[in-house]
Amino acid sequence: MKKFAQNLGHGFMSFLRYSGGMAILMGQTLFWIPVPPFRRKQLFEQMSKIGVDSLPIVSLISLFTGMVLALQSAYQMKKFSAEMYIASLVAVSMLRELGPVLTALIVAGRVGASITAEIGTMKVTEQIDALETLATNPVKYLVVPRFLALILMLPLLTAYADLVGIIGGYIIGVYKLGISHGMYMKNTWQPLRYKDFYTGLMKSFFFGVITCIVACYEGMNADGGAEGVGRSTTASVVTSFILIIASDCFFTALFYFIAK
Amino acid sequence: MIEIINLCKAFGGHQVLNNLNLTINTGETTVIIGRSGCGKSVLLKNIIGLLKPDSGQVIVDGKDVTNMDDKELNTLRLRFGMLFQGAALFDSLNVLENIAFHMIEHLNSPRAEIDKRVKECLALVGLKGIETKKPAELSGGMRKRVGLARAICVRPSIMLYDEPTTGVDPITGDAVNDLILELHNKLKVTSIAVTHDMTSAYKIADRMAMLYKGKIIATGTPDEFKNTKDPIVRQFITGASKGPITEGIDFEHLI
Repeated sequence: MKKFAQNLGHGFMSFLRYSGGMAILMGQTLFWIPVPPFRRKQLFEQMSKIGVDSLPIVSLISLFTGMVLALQSAYQMKKFSAEMYIASLVAVSMLRELGPVLTALIVAGRVGASITAEIGTMKVTEQIDALETLATNPVKYLVVPRFLALILMLPLLTAYADLVGIIGGYIIGVYKLGISHGMYMKNTWQPLRYKDFYTGLMKSFFFGVITCIVACYEGMNADGGAEGVGRSTTASVVTSFILIIASDCFFTALFYFIAK
Repeated sequence: MIEIINLCKAFGGHQVLNNLNLTINTGETTVIIGRSGCGKSVLLKNIIGLLKPDSGQVIVDGKDVTNMDDKELNTLRLRFGMLFQGAALFDSLNVLENIAFHMIEHLNSPRAEIDKRVKECLALVGLKGIETKKPAELSGGMRKRVGLARAICVRPSIMLYDEPTTGVDPITGDAVNDLILELHNKLKVTSIAVTHDMTSAYKIADRMAMLYKGKIIATGTPDEFKNTKDPIVRQFITGASKGPITEGIDFEHLI
């Protein structure tokens, strides 16, 4: 019993340390963003790495998701002869939910892991210490460009994924299920509200914040050589996934109640 | 002058530095010897403010490093040059960007000046023509030299060496020793080196200090160390497996 209480206390303390550490990193990042010098070259480099290089995989996954959504719902909708509403279903679910969440998960897996591995390797090979001895703040130098790149590029990627998903649905709807072009387009645009679009983008903005802070925090706290970096990378991806899904649930509920 | 007074540092309940006292004179090379994992690197990191001690003071030219704010600390750090154990070159930057890091980041120096200074620093460590190479393309010995060039690029008045000869072959190791001596003579810097390589230690040291169980247990010139009567120091410098340091430890299982 005593052991159980000890473990519980220990677990709770490490949870507090972990979330506190991330909150501190978040605060430091926000503090350093407006402080010059601004590293435009590094920002563009990161934006290209995070955004442009993610385009192929984001295209592929959203296209297939749009197609699968259309196919799966066709199976049900056929029973009510309501196939033309597939267009609305694909559009709304892509914009509100699948676009932001899928893109965030792809980016957390692809970019989050590489950020943690890169910063973690810098940590264990003392490059972070070297930065500090050269009077350069590691948060300013490493975290800020990645943070800005992620919160700019993730919403853009999400908007792109929304569009590609709708195209995927269109391909199935028009070429496989025989809905006319006019009908499909009409049913895509008609049910959409601005809110569907911007709540999705707001979510993806926060997913960007989560991915960056978790990835950088795990990287900066890596220790124990190559094995430690591997461990941190796994932890970074798993934690980002959990936090993205949990906060998605939270934001969906929030938008449901405050912006009816 | 650097004074370290009653320095304590523990990691997860393990007391690494325990009331450590040491004085390092300006212009001298002090070599701190001790076994692997005894806290030598921790001591160096405390001196340059990369780690905060649990208690105690590190006083560099009259100012206490342990309670400086970030700005003061950054100004102070640029008076130090540090050579890391694995050189710690930035992988994503080439040799020129590594060496001139501080000129590019903080001084916004013109390109011509940067090129000139990098050439000078590379020449000091006996290299040339590798400015556009990435650290991954260099051998271990070259990386150490480039690390050294980066450290001296800021024109430091104090040099810190973390195991300068570890991980390089004996000949390159001796070349690194020569470099340290040469830099010392040319630039008149105060140097602190931590190592467990006794050949290197005897060669570069003006003074030596031995770190054992979180304390400095002996200081003196290399000659005093060679003729010491202290059984602990004796065991370490002769590299004997049996003695007071390893009392109770059985190495039989290694054979």
